[in-house]
Amino acid sequence: MARMKFLCDADRCIECNACVTACKNENQVPWGLNRRRVVTINDGRPGERSVSMACMHCTDSPCASVCPVKCIFSTADGVVLHSKDLCIGCGYCFYACPFGAPQYPRVGNFGSRGKMDKCTFCAGGGGSEVPGSSEEYAKYGANRMLHGELPLCAEMCSTKSLLAGDSDVIAQIYKERVITRGYGSGAWGWTTAYREDVKV
Amino acid sequence: MTYLLARARFVFAAVAIGCLLALASPALAQQAGATFDPQAEAVNQTMLLKQFPRIQGDINQLDQRARVLIQPDGRKWDFFHEVILHWLGAIVIIGMIGLLAAAYFILGPIRMSGGRSGRHVLRFSGFERFTHWLTATSFIVLGITGLNVTFGKLLLRPVIGPDAFSAFSQVAKYAHNFTAFPFMLGILLIAALWFKDNIPRKIDIEWLKQGGGFIKSRNPPAGRFNAGEKGVFWIVLGAGIAVALSGLLLLFPFYIANIWQMQIAQVVHAVVAVLFVAVILAHIYIGTLGTEGAFEAMATGEVDLNWAKEHHNLWLEEELAKDRAADRLDHPSPIPAE
Repeated sequence: MARMKFLCDADRCIECNACVTACKNENQVPWGLNRRRVVTINDGRPGERSVSMACMHCTDSPCASVCPVKCIFSTADGVVLHSKDLCIGCGYCFYACPFGAPQYPRVGNFGSRGKMDKCTFCAGGGGSEVPGSSEEYAKYGANRMLHGELPLCAEMCSTKSLLAGDSDVIAQIYKERVITRGYGSGAWGWTTAYREDVKV
Repeated sequence: MTYLLARARFVFAAVAIGCLLALASPALAQQAGATFDPQAEAVNQTMLLKQFPRIQGDINQLDQRARVLIQPDGRKWDFFHEVILHWLGAIVIIGMIGLLAAAYFILGPIRMSGGRSGRHVLRFSGFERFTHWLTATSFIVLGITGLNVTFGKLLLRPVIGPDAFSAFSQVAKYAHNFTAFPFMLGILLIAALWFKDNIPRKIDIEWLKQGGGFIKSRNPPAGRFNAGEKGVFWIVLGAGIAVALSGLLLLFPFYIANIWQMQIAQVVHAVVAVLFVAVILAHIYIGTLGTEGAFEAMATGEVDLNWAKEHHNLWLEEELAKDRAADRLDHPSPIPAE
């Protein structure tokens, strides 16, 4: 089994936000929600870097751990999915998530956030819906994994900064890039998400 | 005139550009000589996380929470919620139940040594009892629904199944969030009603030295509230304010708090709440099973004269001194309707 991960090569990211748009369109993410975002550090100053971030599909995911109704789980491929039928919208996954991935349809006063929404690695949902069905699509978005396709954000990345796929494969691609060009600002979020870094 | 002004402007601009070029040329020459190293000034996460616990940047989205790129403390909060809080809650609450069971079976309840006199004296007015029960019922709802967030998935979910448990937890969440308001009102009323009688006095030290009501042979003197009751009052007030303030931050997420402050608010809320539940369990025991004749003070509002003599002799003397109390003793009151 593969271990699915994201890797953002920040030295290639040009902050075009195509990944954000691709994700929103492919998954028909509701108005106001963004499963993926691009954060720019030191914007306009020397050393500026942009990083595309969504759910990292962590090892021992803290969101799944704190969920009071246990609606979040990891698949055999290491993709973290959740069931919107069981979610009670308590907001705990957002406090636990190191990457700000969980999104809620509403602001959330008096606990009225609504069902949590987040990146599914374009692998459908974690509910009882039939994989690939229109019910699943309406609730969770596309199930590209079902057809052997990777998340659209990475597939559409204009500079191939964002990599998605099996951990060993994307780590190898990144390593080769760093060696070829002579520098790399590291696999952002990897130590926090997977408790390991890409050693070059 | 216009021509002259334009002329002057042109000359000024030419001089300015000349100066700038002169200043810039050494820098330009320097840059052309050195090799470009994009890594020299680039940020990396290890460095950033050493400087600050969170990596933050700028973002082209409206949600300002999304500016935080990485916050590894989320894992620490997970550890608190799933390990520390589970153990703390279990030890404190089960430990308190164990202690109270030991008190009941080993020490036994505190009886009225003189037996009942059959005469009553008013201890709590109707409004005081309303305040107590308003706070008490909302506390029980808040306690059960709050503990459900931490322990429900371990205790209740395996019993009733994931679907029923989620449905219950959804209702429990809203119950918790809205029962908070009668509870906060209750805390305010408690503070207003009983603040004066709970100010610590010298007599409280003596009461504590004599072991309070727990050593049966002794009945240390006490006013309207003894040192133990005063302790409960101040704990209720302090813990009540702490859970109310931290709870308000959680009710209006990210209004004034950022992610780190939200986590702290939840930690304070949870820790204070489990300790609060343990203290209130003791309060419930002492006020019901643990002390004969105590519960009627909050039920009918009237206590037996002998009970008052044993537990609150100074308060009883004050009451007896008042004409109102004296009248009532001359004509023994009927059992109140409530």
